[in-house]
Amino acid sequence: MNELIYNVAFFIFAAITVAAAIGVVTKSNLVHSALLLALCFIGVSGLYVLLQADFLAAVQILIYNGAIAIVFVLGTMLTRRSARHGTNDTEVNIPSRLVSLVSGLFVIITLGVIATTPWRYSSIEAVQDTPALLAQFILTDYMVVMEVSAVLLLAAMIGAIVLAKGVEE
Amino acid sequence: MFSQYALYHAWLIPLLPAVAFILVGFFLRRLPSVAGAVSICMSLLSFALSLGVGYGIIARNITVDTPLIQKISWVAISGLNIDMGVYIDPISAMMLCVVTLVTLMVQIYSIGYMRGDAGFGRFFAYVSLFAASMLGLVIAVNFVQLFVFWELVGLCSYLLIGYYFHKISAREAAKKAFITTRIGDFGLLVGILFLQILFGTLDFQQLAVHVPAYAMQHGTALLTVVALLVFLGPIGKSGQFPLHVWLPDAMEGPTPVSALIHAATMVVAGVYLVSRAFFLFSVLPEAMTVIAWVGAFTACFAASIAFTQRDIKRILAYSTVSQLGYMMLALGVGSVTASMFHLMTHAFFKALMFLAAGAVLHGLPDKNDIFAMGGLRHKMPVTFAAMTIGVLAISGIPPFAGFFSKDEILLAVSQVSTPLYIIAVVTSFMTAFYMARLLIVVFCGAEKPDNHPHEAPMSMRIPLVVLGVLAIVGGYIPYANHFGEWVRFGLASHEGLNVSIATTSTILSILAICLAWVIYGSGNVTSDSLVRRFSTLYKLSFHKYYIDELYLWLNHTFVDGTGKLLYWLELNFVEGMIKEVANLPLQLGNAVRKGQSGNLQRYGLVMFGAMLIVVAWLVLLNPLFKGIVSGGAY
Amino acid sequence: MIGLVHFLTVAAMVFAIGLYGVLTKRTIIGILMSIELMLNAVNINLIAFSRFITPEALTGQIFAIFTITVAAAEVAVGLAMVFRVYYDRNTVHAARLDEMRW
Repeated sequence: MNELIYNVAFFIFAAITVAAAIGVVTKSNLVHSALLLALCFIGVSGLYVLLQADFLAAVQILIYNGAIAIVFVLGTMLTRRSARHGTNDTEVNIPSRLVSLVSGLFVIITLGVIATTPWRYSSIEAVQDTPALLAQFILTDYMVVMEVSAVLLLAAMIGAIVLAKGVEE
Repeated sequence: MFSQYALYHAWLIPLLPAVAFILVGFFLRRLPSVAGAVSICMSLLSFALSLGVGYGIIARNITVDTPLIQKISWVAISGLNIDMGVYIDPISAMMLCVVTLVTLMVQIYSIGYMRGDAGFGRFFAYVSLFAASMLGLVIAVNFVQLFVFWELVGLCSYLLIGYYFHKISAREAAKKAFITTRIGDFGLLVGILFLQILFGTLDFQQLAVHVPAYAMQHGTALLTVVALLVFLGPIGKSGQFPLHVWLPDAMEGPTPVSALIHAATMVVAGVYLVSRAFFLFSVLPEAMTVIAWVGAFTACFAASIAFTQRDIKRILAYSTVSQLGYMMLALGVGSVTASMFHLMTHAFFKALMFLAAGAVLHGLPDKNDIFAMGGLRHKMPVTFAAMTIGVLAISGIPPFAGFFSKDEILLAVSQVSTPLYIIAVVTSFMTAFYMARLLIVVFCGAEKPDNHPHEAPMSMRIPLVVLGVLAIVGGYIPYANHFGEWVRFGLASHEGLNVSIATTSTILSILAICLAWVIYGSGNVTSDSLVRRFSTLYKLSFHKYYIDELYLWLNHTFVDGTGKLLYWLELNFVEGMIKEVANLPLQLGNAVRKGQSGNLQRYGLVMFGAMLIVVAWLVLLNPLFKGIVSGGAY
Repeated sequence: MIGLVHFLTVAAMVFAIGLYGVLTKRTIIGILMSIELMLNAVNINLIAFSRFITPEALTGQIFAIFTITVAAAEVAVGLAMVFRVYYDRNTVHAARLDEMRW
């Protein structure tokens, strides 16, 4: 029973993710693309839940949907000169068929690699209390990484402010 | 003693005129009298030496079968041994005497004829060079030496025909002569190369043994081809049809040159070659047939053109072509004796007639048309006598020189082929006619009012006298002294005079002269009415059967046509290919330029695509790597 | 049975779709969105590996957290640049931004 629900849930979330992703790159309207991007993030979050990464699912929704997707929509709105200029067509000089060919090839090759690799599956049960374990790891084993990413965020923030505001002449 | 010296130092005979050439050509051109003196001196010495050689031959019984040969090695590479040397036998001795004599006479004559001309020294230098070349040709021991001097003689002919180089007609004539003989020379060269390949030697003595043996063994097919190629040389040089076109134009040169080169000596080089190489021709019946018919046709053809010509030197030129045809005909039917005999007598009377014509031209400057002359016998008696002797000799009237030699030829021809005999007889009739026409129109009849001729100076009269005497006795004396036993190939013919042949030819010649008198002398039947009655024939004959025009047309169509074709090919294919090759980097660059679009996304596409290919190769398609990847994977 | 392979397949597809978008889109924002798709696909991969291969070490999840962090920072800076470019050159088309100095 659980198995069945798990499988169905997986297929639903996978379908949402992939369909939304396709919509993002296919749609000419920037706003539509941005909104579909948000939908894609939700789908990914669902997949995280299925992978027993509940904290990360929450973080995904928070950060991606709550911040990044909003910022994208904001950016779309603020840089639109007219309806025409808000379009998100394919670039004229790019051979889109060739690109789709390359992408398709990529999928096939990756699938090939995946299929032929003898994965060593672990039989250990998944962790139940992920935030606690994550916190433990981050603050002990991966502390340097945490500090560095903090610095990065600070720099990004200052940089974004400076860029957006403009340098005083 | 002298003859002994001469025999063993026969190489001096061509050398002395060569020295004269160097002295006169490089140092003495500004001193005309000294130049003339030096030239004549050397000619005289050569003549003396030639006489010595002739005497030595008879004294020491050197025959055509036992020649006296002196050689030095010139080229000795492995596989190729060429000598240079001196080949003395009765034929070459006779040629030496004739050439040196005529050269001497012509040079003495030129003192008077060329007096005052600015290029006097140049003239004598060229004539000396010519004498040296011709004499070198005559004593050649192998085909190479012969070819070397053959070419030199051709060069001298070019230089002397174009002597009056400020006249465009002379320049054109010189070019024509050189190019036409070149065609013949090419054939000769190819033939010589074949001989070298087939036999490994070009020496006359050795080939005389090898060639008949080869013909016996392997048959005559290949040899006939080689022989005909070799014969191309004489066709060009001796003015046989179809390469005869240069000889009449060669009359642009000064008259002494015409006398020396284009009557007596150079043009007979071809005949001499065939005689020298008779061992090759005599074993090939097809080649002999070709030679005989070419000779006969040339004789008749040229005579028919001479009928209507008006330029005095042109008439003599065509007559030379015709007589050369006779000599070739004699060789073609197998009689070296007859041919050489006629060569000798022809040299005498033709040179005589040319020098006489020169005297006429000297006396009447700027007039070449015989119908503008007339009645010159009153003012120019010596010249008239000389020309008369010449005409009688060439017509074959006994006891003049031409009678004996022509009779020999007719006899030889009649023994081999009746059609050829008929052609020869008809030609001799024609010869007598047009020569008599010349004589009568120029010297007999009334004088033209605006002509003021004068007799030639002494320096020009002496050679006329000498040659005149020779033209009278130059036939009987050799005939009576066993000429046929000295100058021959194979066995000597012991026939004497064939009475029937001799009488028929003499009667025909006398008839021809009378006919000419009737038409031109007495005025009973005017020539103009004849021209009107036979207008087509007249036109054909007067325009030399339009052969020159035909050659010009052929040249334009094929040579220029080929040139145009090749030019088109060059422009479109060769240059086109090069243009394509040059275009290639351009096109390549153009194609590659598209890759440098400046478009980041394109770059990304290419990079990703390439990475994909690499990954695909490494990870999936390459089993070795697959093992590594799978082995190391988790 | 849904296993590792399925998640990896989904991630591969999303990555390929994002790749298509990156190489094709005209506007900068479009390209940025496609980059976000690719980053998400990577995250799915990481977490899937963590779940199926080392569930007790949670390495993949930690990695994914930091990936998300960096992605957020990148979007912030990127969009700030988009604003700047739009302010200066009045265009958001990536192909028109081919000169360094104005």
